[in-house]
Amino acid sequence: MDTFIQQIINGLVLGSIYALVALGYTMVYGILGLINFAHGEVVMIGALTALTVIKLLADSGLPGTLVVLIGMLAAIPVCMALGFTIERVAYRPLRNAPRLAPLITAIGVSIVLQQLAMIFWGRNYHAFPPILPTTGRDIGGAHITDLQIVIVLLAAAIMAGLMLLVNKTRLGRAMRATAENPQIAGLMGVNINVIISATFLIGSALAAVAGVMVSANYSIAHYHMGFILGLKAFTAAVLGGIGNLPGAMLGGVLLGLIESLGAGYIGDLTGGFLGSHYQDVFAFFVLILVLVFRPSGLMGEKVAERA
Amino acid sequence: MLEVRDLHVSYGNISAVKGVSFDVAAGEMVCLIGANGAGKTTTLKALARLLPAQGAIHYRGHSILHRPAHALIGEGLTLVPEGRGVFARLTVAENLDMGAYCRRDRAEIAADLDRVYGLLPRLKERADQLAGTLSGGEQQMLAIGRALMSRPKLLLLDEPSMGLAPIMVQKVFEVIQSVAAQGVTILLVEQNARLALSVASRGYVMESGTITLSDTGPALLANPKVREAYLGE
Repeated sequence: MDTFIQQIINGLVLGSIYALVALGYTMVYGILGLINFAHGEVVMIGALTALTVIKLLADSGLPGTLVVLIGMLAAIPVCMALGFTIERVAYRPLRNAPRLAPLITAIGVSIVLQQLAMIFWGRNYHAFPPILPTTGRDIGGAHITDLQIVIVLLAAAIMAGLMLLVNKTRLGRAMRATAENPQIAGLMGVNINVIISATFLIGSALAAVAGVMVSANYSIAHYHMGFILGLKAFTAAVLGGIGNLPGAMLGGVLLGLIESLGAGYIGDLTGGFLGSHYQDVFAFFVLILVLVFRPSGLMGEKVAERA
Repeated sequence: MLEVRDLHVSYGNISAVKGVSFDVAAGEMVCLIGANGAGKTTTLKALARLLPAQGAIHYRGHSILHRPAHALIGEGLTLVPEGRGVFARLTVAENLDMGAYCRRDRAEIAADLDRVYGLLPRLKERADQLAGTLSGGEQQMLAIGRALMSRPKLLLLDEPSMGLAPIMVQKVFEVIQSVAAQGVTILLVEQNARLALSVASRGYVMESGTITLSDTGPALLANPKVREAYLGE
């Protein structure tokens, strides 16, 4: 039972991070119909930028929590600028090209960013300095650290804020209108380019936060961490129904839980034949199942043809 | 209000509008009639800057040939597109808000919303419903209401009767006439020539990308060529 609760806790933490990243995929897909495969690299650059700042300040005598917060606040504008630039330079010129062209470009951007990060930060793994409090609490035999509590609460608060933005503000209304029909939104006076840029800025800010969370939670960051994380978050977005914001959140949390529980029990289930390092298998097994049985995702609906 | 001179629009190598010229004066309701494929919708799309065009388009004395489409609604030129184009996944109220997207005068927007609800009471009953759940006629009303929320000076209406039951067509045209009575200039594109000519002060007849006839509404209704070609007599 304590293993079960522990894996639920781990799954929620992991799932919160997946959800933040998945939102970036699903928002861009909703508006451009593009899978922005470079999004995982934005998470990676957010993590490494924050880590660089955190290492610089680690011995400054400032409280560890404040140092990590400063690192995160530094990573957010860097990632926003990066996301904005990616759209302007790589995707905007291909706005009216066949859909395959921007998709291939996205993979290209992903490779370029990964290589640039490798040149800048090196091939080594960067350890997260042990400056955060390691305190925690026990729940029913399982342990949750304060850091994990903060990750889950912060992710929930950010997602609630995003839902408010999308559902209650003028910008959010324009984003939903643009996602549904950019041409008609344009007739209403919406400058589509501004909305698309705003989407990339918001998604990239979420990616920066997620990057800091991942590196803090696993105490490590490296130049290729964005690849597998991006694929997992993409899977979460597809699981929830790509283009659907609540779906991305649900998909992220579910995928985190599936992975954690799967990793926790796979050893017992296979009599020790497969170990917890098979964790990644679950995400892609889920992706295959969704694509075969429910391609529109859990919350994705088939939208009726416009009248 | 609107002067169009020698307008050419083409889709790739196929030219759909071949040198069209017409005028709409302030306060007028002018209709553009013609058969399917005559170039009426293409003309309106070019006016709304949804399609690139050659020639001259002057709106309130200024050329709008190179303005971006999203800049026009703020200047009072609003298109109600063919097929209505309501945002199906937004509520009726949100759709109406989108019409006022370029406006910042909150009090005036609220007053206009009341006016639109007064003109189209069905929309008020369904304010919180998703627009995609409305009937075709209600969606057309919503599309017109949404356009009115922008306080248009010139309203371009593309086939407002298309796909609607006769009773609904009647209602839509009553709304259009009351909008015109409030002083909004209207350019109406219609395949339902009889109806369009009976409400419009002037009309133009389009055939294969050119204007072949122009006269007052009643005169066109009485014109034997029009009667034969478009009124089925």
